[in-house]
Amino acid sequence: MLSCKNVCHIASESLDRTLSVRERLAVKLHLLMCSACQRVATQMELLRTVARHIRSAEDAEPDSEQGTLSTEARARIRERLRTAGDDPRIHE
Amino acid sequence: MSSEPLSIVTSELNPGRWLQEYGDFLFRYALRRLRDTAHAEDMVQETLLAALQARAGYSGQASEKTWLTGILKHKIIDFIRKQVRETTVDDIDALSNMTSESGVDDLFDPRGRWIRPPQHWGDPDKALYNRQFLDAFEACLGRLKPALARIFALKEFDGQSNEEICNELGITATNCNVMLYRARMSLRRCLELRWSGGNQEERP
Repeated sequence: MLSCKNVCHIASESLDRTLSVRERLAVKLHLLMCSACQRVATQMELLRTVARHIRSAEDAEPDSEQGTLSTEARARIRERLRTAGDDPRIHE
Repeated sequence: MSSEPLSIVTSELNPGRWLQEYGDFLFRYALRRLRDTAHAEDMVQETLLAALQARAGYSGQASEKTWLTGILKHKIIDFIRKQVRETTVDDIDALSNMTSESGVDDLFDPRGRWIRPPQHWGDPDKALYNRQFLDAFEACLGRLKPALARIFALKEFDGQSNEEICNELGITATNCNVMLYRARMSLRRCLELRWSGGNQEERP
């Protein structure tokens, strides 16, 4: 008999690999009887959905995302590229 | 041979404009995965330096932006690998044994039964379009141990398989599973405390 902790581990792994038939049955049986673990399984899937949602929003509208290089960092990187560059075109 | 043998190959690359054109994009990409401004800035710099050196190998098949992003991905993987290696045994042990700090193990009693049963999050379908939920998700990601947050990002933002992650980071499949489990359970717990439908009092 799987414990709730075991089931949560397997629920996490189910997002990463195909479960064996035995695992799948054991988990399914447990989830039928255990609303707490059922909730965790749903929430883990939602975590994935949220991450992908954020990712696709980022891809679609990269400029809407927060975060730009600070002026200092930009200057530092530009300078570093200039000194490293054997390429005289390295300037903005 | 002309005095500029690379002129054809690099005709589509314009290194002088990389920082201006792609600097912020690359920075955000790195920041999302590393969650640390200074490290993300370093990644941008290393990427552009590496690109400068590697520009002769640019085939022109990918866009300039895609090509630079590819280099950045490798830099990020290298960075995470070093971090995971430097910390390995003790830290992964520690990650596996984290108790109250992570709030993962103290969810269960020694026999694996719930001590703190999970709470309802509210309507999952609405969560995606709820700014508060997305903010809470970001905040919770920021509270994870860095190694966990970064592995979670490789998995869920980049969609890598566990096998790829293990190979790239040089960790065992078991460690990978344990770390992803930790990340997910910690995030789940954190969101439960911070969000819960966005209309409930935060629990102690």
